[in-house]
Amino acid sequence: MLSRTADTLFWTARYLERAENMARLLEVGARISLLPSVHGYRSEWDSLLQASGTAEGFARKYGEPVARNIESFLFFDRDNPSSVVSCLTQARENARIVRAALTTQVWDVLNTAFQEMKQLERTPRSELELTQLTEWVTRTAALVRGSIGATLLRNDGYDFLNLGYAMERADATARLIDVKYYVLLPRVEFVGSGLDNYQWMTLLRALSLHRAFHWSYAGDITARKIVDFLILNPENPRALRASVEAINTALGRLASRYGRQMDAQVRAEAMLAPLSETSVEGIFEEGMHEFLTGFITEIAALSHQVWEDYLTGDVR
Amino acid sequence: MTTCFNEMFDDGAVRAPYARLEDWTRSLPAGLRHMKQAEAEALFRRIGITFAVYGEGGDPDRLIPFDMFPRVFTANEWARLDRGIRQRARALNAFLVDVYGRGEIIRAGKIPAHLVYRNAAFEKAVVGIVPPKGVYSHIVGIDIVRTGRDEFFVLEDNCRTPSGVSYMLENREIMMRMFPDLFRENRIEPVDSYPALLRRTLASVAPLKCEGEPTVVLLTPGHFNSAYYEHSFLADMMGVELVEGQDLFVEGEFVWMRTTEGPRRVDVIYRRIDDAFIDPLCFRPDSMLGIAGLMDVYRSGGVNICSCPGAGVADDKAVYTFVPEMIRFYLGEEPILNNVPTWQCALQDDLKYVLAHLGDLVVKEVHGSGGYGMLVGPKSTADQIERFRARIEENPAKYIAQPTLALSATPTFVEDGIAPRHVDLRPYCLVGDRIELVPGGLTRVALTEGSLVVNSSQGGGVKDTWVLAE
Repeated sequence: MLSRTADTLFWTARYLERAENMARLLEVGARISLLPSVHGYRSEWDSLLQASGTAEGFARKYGEPVARNIESFLFFDRDNPSSVVSCLTQARENARIVRAALTTQVWDVLNTAFQEMKQLERTPRSELELTQLTEWVTRTAALVRGSIGATLLRNDGYDFLNLGYAMERADATARLIDVKYYVLLPRVEFVGSGLDNYQWMTLLRALSLHRAFHWSYAGDITARKIVDFLILNPENPRALRASVEAINTALGRLASRYGRQMDAQVRAEAMLAPLSETSVEGIFEEGMHEFLTGFITEIAALSHQVWEDYLTGDVR
Repeated sequence: MTTCFNEMFDDGAVRAPYARLEDWTRSLPAGLRHMKQAEAEALFRRIGITFAVYGEGGDPDRLIPFDMFPRVFTANEWARLDRGIRQRARALNAFLVDVYGRGEIIRAGKIPAHLVYRNAAFEKAVVGIVPPKGVYSHIVGIDIVRTGRDEFFVLEDNCRTPSGVSYMLENREIMMRMFPDLFRENRIEPVDSYPALLRRTLASVAPLKCEGEPTVVLLTPGHFNSAYYEHSFLADMMGVELVEGQDLFVEGEFVWMRTTEGPRRVDVIYRRIDDAFIDPLCFRPDSMLGIAGLMDVYRSGGVNICSCPGAGVADDKAVYTFVPEMIRFYLGEEPILNNVPTWQCALQDDLKYVLAHLGDLVVKEVHGSGGYGMLVGPKSTADQIERFRARIEENPAKYIAQPTLALSATPTFVEDGIAPRHVDLRPYCLVGDRIELVPGGLTRVALTEGSLVVNSSQGGGVKDTWVLAE
């Protein structure tokens, strides 16, 4: 497969996953803001900007964080490269470039979504509920993913798509947990408080995982259980462990297809070991923030390795 | 302007090939027709058959208007066109091999030397090269107009990279999907073998050094190009990689593409970018689209480029006048399809005639394309004519003139029913170790009443084109 085609497929998937994560983040913000004010502290929407790494861009354009502006900025704003609209536009343009590597069904779902998105952009903002928008994004993402699963050849293109999905999800989930821990909670003495638990539950809800959590863990909600669920639980499809396993699957398939093992496989395998062997206690001992920062750095390094091994077209 | 030939009627009676279509239109009330039209547009948009226009504002994904009323040729009519097109494609290729070789046709005094050697499209870099199988132009698009029952004229030749074939294929797909009954009732020659034939043609002109099954690629300027959809569609239908300049590089004696498994050798490049951009070392040094060193590999038989650089000199509008001469000179045959009579403004007598009759003529730039920079005398105001006159006088050699032809019209769906609109035809002739031509082509239609300009950039639309089986 042409290296550029592989690269474009990889990024198509990353942008799709990114759009979905952004929509889920918006949902978190909307739910948290419904919480009655605690000790006069109401800057959940600001935390949202911090979480999405777009605070600076927002401040430059709008100044004070006002809910409606933040929603527009994170959903519609084309000046914001991480907005849902920007990500979906990029995903669709990438897919158009590699049309021939996708099936008609995959293209059709993505292109139809793009037309719907343009319709949404033309609709007056006052007629659009935020939940309506975020649900539209998650539904679209599910449709694309479903048609990939149901119709695409299981060839190297499929592996690069899955690699893109898994790497973006691993990165985004790690950031989300990190942000919940260090940004969303106003002060350290809130750990374990009602506010803390409410935020965690909101996070689970936004990830469509709140019921799954209750099925998996009995008893009270504690930070430990949630951390175990989001990072280590092998059954949770959004857990870091699941993402890293998906990365390994895709890279393993590439290695056997091409008949050679590259450095990327070695790196990816090395990331899996600590996730399957560590316990929650181990993570808390190391320090949650340190653990997550290390993980995010590893993902970035792996991404670079994939580029060197497969996307430059230069490996002999 | 005199009345034009309506392809559906002859002396007021419906011609045989259109007979069943007449019944069909009666069974299609306006409401249903509008529904079908909307359905067709939605299909085009969903499949993504758009031509992207960047830099002009507005929606970058535009649809070429599709008219559902097919255009029909009988088997007999097509048989003649088929012979005429193949003949022309052979002569044009013989001409190209000749002018980059000994130039016999010029020594014989059949074509003025300056028209060839001082032509902007004459490529000095390929002088002396005989490409594989002696073919320079592998896809020849010949634009044909009709003015009467048996009168066909060639309006121009396209020897470089004629576009539009994806519309020929998709128009048929959409028609078959929407009106399957029409295809059961009429015996229509299929056109869907085109991509396979194109791939076969390209593989048949693999270079000398190619071993085994040749690797063919389609080279596109990129996804911002207005014809990107077509590039991607053809690559997909042929099952070959769609590459950009950045995906290819030259190393040693060969061209390679960057793949996830490392470099892979490329034997035949079907390029959809202009000569000037394919190799910055040989042509425009500022080209970001090309591959440095490509021409060296081409010259030494390591790769073939389709169409070959330099092929454009055969489809120049000034050289066009001499195609009938080429047919006589190289093939010893009489032209089956005639040229439109053409005045060369470069020649004194012709120029005098043209300036005296501007109001009746169509004047075109020799190197122009896409229907830009032309004057349609009978449709222009006195002021427009005078301004154009000044431009011709300034640089006469830049222009040619032709009589305003009474282009045939075919029935076309318009706002309030069916009305005749002017059409032309572009068939795509494939030249490799043999010549292939699918029965059909792209019919372009001028949707504005009375208009003769069929170019999509100027409000033209497209139709499905049928050739009926015997």
